[in-house]
Amino acid sequence: MWDWEYAFSIMPQLLKALQITISATILGFLLACILGLLLAFARRSNFKPLSLVTGGFVEFVRSTPLLAQLYFIFYVLPQCGIMLSPLSAGVIGLGLHYSTYLSEVYRAGIDAVPRGQWEASTALNFSRTRTWLSVILPQAIPPIIPVMGNYFIGMFKDTPLLSAITLVEVLQAAKIIGSHTFRYIEPITIVGLMFLVLSYVSSVGIRRLEARLNRW
Amino acid sequence: MEAIQLNQYEDISPVIDKPIISYQKVSKSFGDLKVLREIDLDIAPGEIVAVIGSSGSGKTTLARMLMTLEQPTSGVIMVDGEPLWHKSVNGKLVPADEKHIRRVRSKIGMVFQQFNLFPHMTILRNVTEAPIHVLGISRAEAEERAVAMLNKVGLGNKLDVYPAQLSGGQQQRVAIARALVMRPKVMLCDEVTSALDPELVGEVLEVLKEIAAEGETTMLLITHEMAFAGDVADRIIFIDKGRIVEQGPPNVILSNPRNPRTREFLSRFRQQWASKS
Ligand SMILES: Nc1ncnc2c1ncn2[C@@H]1O[C@H](COP(=O)(O)OP(=O)(O)OP(=O)(O)O)[C@@H](O)[C@H]1O
Ligand SMILES: [Mg+2]
Repeated sequence: MWDWEYAFSIMPQLLKALQITISATILGFLLACILGLLLAFARRSNFKPLSLVTGGFVEFVRSTPLLAQLYFIFYVLPQCGIMLSPLSAGVIGLGLHYSTYLSEVYRAGIDAVPRGQWEASTALNFSRTRTWLSVILPQAIPPIIPVMGNYFIGMFKDTPLLSAITLVEVLQAAKIIGSHTFRYIEPITIVGLMFLVLSYVSSVGIRRLEARLNRW
Repeated sequence: MEAIQLNQYEDISPVIDKPIISYQKVSKSFGDLKVLREIDLDIAPGEIVAVIGSSGSGKTTLARMLMTLEQPTSGVIMVDGEPLWHKSVNGKLVPADEKHIRRVRSKIGMVFQQFNLFPHMTILRNVTEAPIHVLGISRAEAEERAVAMLNKVGLGNKLDVYPAQLSGGQQQRVAIARALVMRPKVMLCDEVTSALDPELVGEVLEVLKEIAAEGETTMLLITHEMAFAGDVADRIIFIDKGRIVEQGPPNVILSNPRNPRTREFLSRFRQQWASKS
């Protein structure tokens, strides 16, 4: 049933594809973190049109499927002259999609910082930027690390969708190997285990990070 | 009409040549609620002014407008000869931009009832953060200043702990050090002992008395501690329903007030004051 020799022989190929999966996840998540924060700022803006447009954009992205967004970025944008590699398109798609979720998470974290912290910052004459950097974000982010971590793992598990825009991530690689050799059990099982192990490692890492940031 | 108002509000303001703070017909409403009505108030440099009055009379709002946490509905607040919320353009006052407000605001510091320390920073960093990033002085110099200030409030041995590890009284003393290290010309203290257990009130008031005695900082103290106000203030202001109803030296206001509202308000505190002084 299970062929160890075969399993070992396909490992290099799978590990290589796993690198693609991991790159897409990490880059996509970084993008989502940054974009999500910008969206959260835009949404809080006193300039009403900006906050309304941002709200609409977030709602729109959240209520359409990630797959449709990936197709749009990879197949429609080139018609407007924007050509992207599968990996770039995938990172942008994942990042954009998840940024809308993360923006809401940031918002909750920011809203949870007591008003007195803003007032103390004003009384000390901090600039807006300094208030965000020194006072608000360091208090807003640690409590939301677990939720952000869940989105990170969620994004990791969404990466097989990128095969739809021709990116050979690890699950697609397993499928290709299977279709060549007519043996699916080893590649698919190995990929499943890879996802399991990495998700587990991530969640442990997130918990460590949370504990570290919550020292005070 | 004029005469009635004068009778009702015997507000005899001292004449101050060059006030550091000057409220000029300052009013504040929250929606339909008129919280402060045409306040005129001058404070001399170095003066210690205590503000008393019953709950909801507008004391906190008076201080918050000076700290720019609340915008006056009308009127002008002058700080050291400059309008705080306005800018003078061709002799006309127009709403000021953030840059102007920040510059004028740098002369004001505030201590809050709830301390509002930064919980994620050590005590030392709570006190050095603003000098470094707002005044732009070096870390070494900021730490030197901060340690000196923390020593002064008796917390020089707590530099590396977090606010949550301190008692309320200690936290409030850190908050005082944090405000003072910026060397403001004017310090606002809004009921800084109200959130403290009774046995911790003394240590905080002692620190404030010491600062007041140095005479370098103008202080606006909102307080329910009549004995303290009587002890430290040069002038006591009684606010009632958004107006300054009576003001004068502590011995006059606390022992011989003329306005019936002041009397009524003080009767609740007189016993306490008499027993302590
Ligand atoms: N942001 C706000 N929005 C609406 N109403 C407010 C606001 N801040 C204060 N008020 C109202 O303004 C009035 C005066 O409040 P303020 O806090 O200045 O009184 P205070 O004299 O400091 O009272 P206390 O002794 O209880 O602290 C109160 O009726 C209060 O409810
Ligand atoms: Mg108050």
